[in-house]
Amino acid sequence: MRGFGRYALAVYSVIALTFIMIPIVYTIVFSFNDARRTNIIWRGFTFDNWLQVCRAQDVCIAFGNSIIVALVATLLATVLGTMIAIALVRYRFRFRAATTLLLFLPMATPEVVLGAGLAAQFLAAGVQKGLVTIIIAHTMFCISFVVVTVRARVASLDPALEEAGRDLYGSPRQVFWRITFPLLLPGIIAAAMLSFALSFDDFIITNFNAGSTMTFPKYIYTAAARGIPAEANVIASAVFFLAIVIVIVVQVTNAARRKRLALR
Amino acid sequence: MSKNEFGTSGADLELRGVSKRFPGFTAIEELDLTIPAGSFFALLGPSGCGKTTTLRIVAGLEEPTTGRVLIGGKDVTDAKPFQRPVNTVFQSYALFPHMTVIENIAFGLRRRRIEDPLGKAREALRLVELENVAQRRPAQLSGGQQQRVALARAIVNRPALLLLDEPLGALDLKLRRQMQLELKEIQAQVGLTFLHVTHDQEEAMTMADTVAVMNKGRIEQMGAPEELYERPRTAFVANFLGQSNLFGGKVVSSSDESIVVDVHGYRVEVPRARSQRHSGEVAVGVRPEKIELHANEPVPASGINIVGPGRVTDVSFSGVSTSYQVSLPGLGVVTVFAQNRSFGPVVHEGEQVWLSWHVEHGFGLEDEPEQLPKFAADDDTQSIAAQRRRQLQTELEGA
Amino acid sequence: MAFGAFSSGAAPGVATVQEGPRRKSRVALFLLLPGIAYLALFFLVPLISLLLTSFMAPREFGDIGQFDYAFRWENYVKVVETYLPHILRSFGYAAIATVLALIIGYPLAYFIGVNLRRFPLVQALALVLVIAPFFISFLLRTLAWKQIFADEGPVVGALNALSLMGPGDHITGTPAAVVFGLTYMFIPFMTLPIYTSLERLDLRYVEAGGDLYASPWTTFRTVTLPLSMPGVVSGTLLTFIPASGDYINASRDFLGSTETAMIGNVVETNFLILQNYPAAAALSIILMATILILVGAYVRKSGTEDLV
Repeated sequence: MRGFGRYALAVYSVIALTFIMIPIVYTIVFSFNDARRTNIIWRGFTFDNWLQVCRAQDVCIAFGNSIIVALVATLLATVLGTMIAIALVRYRFRFRAATTLLLFLPMATPEVVLGAGLAAQFLAAGVQKGLVTIIIAHTMFCISFVVVTVRARVASLDPALEEAGRDLYGSPRQVFWRITFPLLLPGIIAAAMLSFALSFDDFIITNFNAGSTMTFPKYIYTAAARGIPAEANVIASAVFFLAIVIVIVVQVTNAARRKRLALR
Repeated sequence: MSKNEFGTSGADLELRGVSKRFPGFTAIEELDLTIPAGSFFALLGPSGCGKTTTLRIVAGLEEPTTGRVLIGGKDVTDAKPFQRPVNTVFQSYALFPHMTVIENIAFGLRRRRIEDPLGKAREALRLVELENVAQRRPAQLSGGQQQRVALARAIVNRPALLLLDEPLGALDLKLRRQMQLELKEIQAQVGLTFLHVTHDQEEAMTMADTVAVMNKGRIEQMGAPEELYERPRTAFVANFLGQSNLFGGKVVSSSDESIVVDVHGYRVEVPRARSQRHSGEVAVGVRPEKIELHANEPVPASGINIVGPGRVTDVSFSGVSTSYQVSLPGLGVVTVFAQNRSFGPVVHEGEQVWLSWHVEHGFGLEDEPEQLPKFAADDDTQSIAAQRRRQLQTELEGA
Repeated sequence: MAFGAFSSGAAPGVATVQEGPRRKSRVALFLLLPGIAYLALFFLVPLISLLLTSFMAPREFGDIGQFDYAFRWENYVKVVETYLPHILRSFGYAAIATVLALIIGYPLAYFIGVNLRRFPLVQALALVLVIAPFFISFLLRTLAWKQIFADEGPVVGALNALSLMGPGDHITGTPAAVVFGLTYMFIPFMTLPIYTSLERLDLRYVEAGGDLYASPWTTFRTVTLPLSMPGVVSGTLLTFIPASGDYINASRDFLGSTETAMIGNVVETNFLILQNYPAAAALSIILMATILILVGAYVRKSGTEDLV
């Protein structure tokens, strides 16, 4: 593609990226709104929302719940998913195809169905909904994503490295913890970050399984009808900035590592 | 040639004042080149000499900074690649991985809406003797088979000009030899104009009718392979095509037939017709296989250059021939190749020898002698090792 | 990207002398069992539970929300009769949003994956912008659009001033607004997998296409697009499946109105408010079955069966 076509595509891409950013910028800007009850109309700039986030107590409680759920669900899903990923790549076993299907299906099922299904089961079993049921639900849908992410990493791992470890007198346990695990770590961390993000932002499945417990997205959904306090924007914006910083740090370290390797 | 019909024969390619500048460097400087229809033309040079850029300009994948490209007398400089009667056999083959072999070959025919694309594609596949793999995917073929499919995909279009971008580079030595012969045979059969880009001098010389040696964006010398080898005009050509012993000196006398150069006290005669400069400081050379070794000082005779005595510093045996390094005071190290017609080396390391060659085997270069690459004087270990490796490589390729 | 990673890849086993086959299978079992058991318990069993619920009958003389196991297949007839518009709307909106997201996302993915290759830093930055929406609550993003398109918001004001909209017209609450919201929400899900396959695309194939008499458009159609098909398939699945089950955009409090309600909305209402569990379950089963059929046909047709 030369000349005109290329410029048209560049201009288009800038517009598209701007379009993607519009509601994000809007949300961040309105975290500085001197809003009183509803945060719909711009009333002037203030730092108050940022300085006193927990003035809106409900928001802070919901946020705390979301963090607890995301942390526990991420830990569980990452451990379970990583184990499955290693088994899938390194071992042959019967029901392999069935296992793969079982891992693929949750990702191909709409969230309403996942949420309603689990809620139906909790209902049938007479389980009281709350933080625990939310964590169970989140762990369930995160496992598949962890498997996919870690599995790619395991598959790219040269088995000769482990063989070399064994050749150099490593016991299976030592080989795993000193060779396999450190090499898988970047994939595991990526999977954990993905899980955390998925869990933190999940609303639909949570809505079916939370009972009266509030999470951050659920709070926004419930409050949407009567107006969202600006503190919700503050929390969302802060999470956004933190995530962006993490992503950029990861990108820069990766780039630096590649450069170092290239120099060698 | 209209888009929907086959060319019946190749067409001339003409480059007029073509140059290509990239930010920071010049890939091609003012290139003028005419390749007659039906010839097999090779552009030979080291990597970075501009040969691939030239090819890409002909194919329309790069635009020249200045100059025009004409194919069959028609200016195609502003034509897009798909509008040119040109096809390329890419270095990586670039076979479409999502199509079968036969679909790959029929691709160009379908684009030009030529009748019976599959039939013609099958014919082309027969030409490269691969009928049995028509339904396979490129990934299921060996390197040699992929190369042939790439060739079939290009020639099935009967382009006025076929461009070959180092298509044999990825093959192993034996396969490469075989493919070289086959390519040449196919070219003779289909009668198209072939433009072949390569850094392999052996390949260029065995395949092409005409070879152009490129260096730093310019064509150094162009001609038939024998002519380039026997009468190199520049030090670059003399050393890129095979090996040469080069000496610098002042012309002390000249006649209609020859010039005589004083090389550190030795009298070296070179035919006037084989030499580019005829007075002042000149550079002359001789190929290693043209030199004879003598254990005793030979009797001077007309038509023979004699230098010596020198000392043999290295003897390396390589089957067909043996290579000797002879160190001569003032001249530096001279390389001599001798056929192994008897058993074992003729002389041994440390022995004293004289060298001689026929006057008509010498050549004179257009380079200033002080600009000569210091091949002769390079006797540090690194350059010796490099030289030995080069030698081994040429010998390997000859095997 | 998530689906692409599900291609088959049998890796070499790491058998050694000390590790006999029995020991190996025990290790595999130890690795697999906890996770698989978890998924069986909290994914498979709930699906079965959902299926059973969908056939339940109201308890005689029971309260609202009290049901007994039965085989009342009439539940399905009833929900289809009642909610057919919602079902059709769901797949219609999702299909339109998928196509729109593809139209918007493909050129963007192409630009980032191909044209920006020579500028790795700019490429990385553009990529961060594409995934930026993942880092901020999607509910707040949707609310932001709601407020931008609100009757007292800037867009409606401008359109009113230009007389392109009458005083009684709205943007929010219309099907167009819902489709817009769905499209926006899934642009990153569409763009990323396509980017992944375009980023790896060997440009020499494109050159070869040009060399073989294909115009840029034909080269795109016959070479670039087929080679990026895995990304397109992943992207459309990652968009269509969640979009058809989404009920945020179509909800009254966000971009929709009662006239735009989708399956998700009625499942939510039936389950959480009306406590009509069999209806909600039957609707969920219908949604899931339809999606599995559509996805199966689509994957087969697009010829990327090594996806699963």
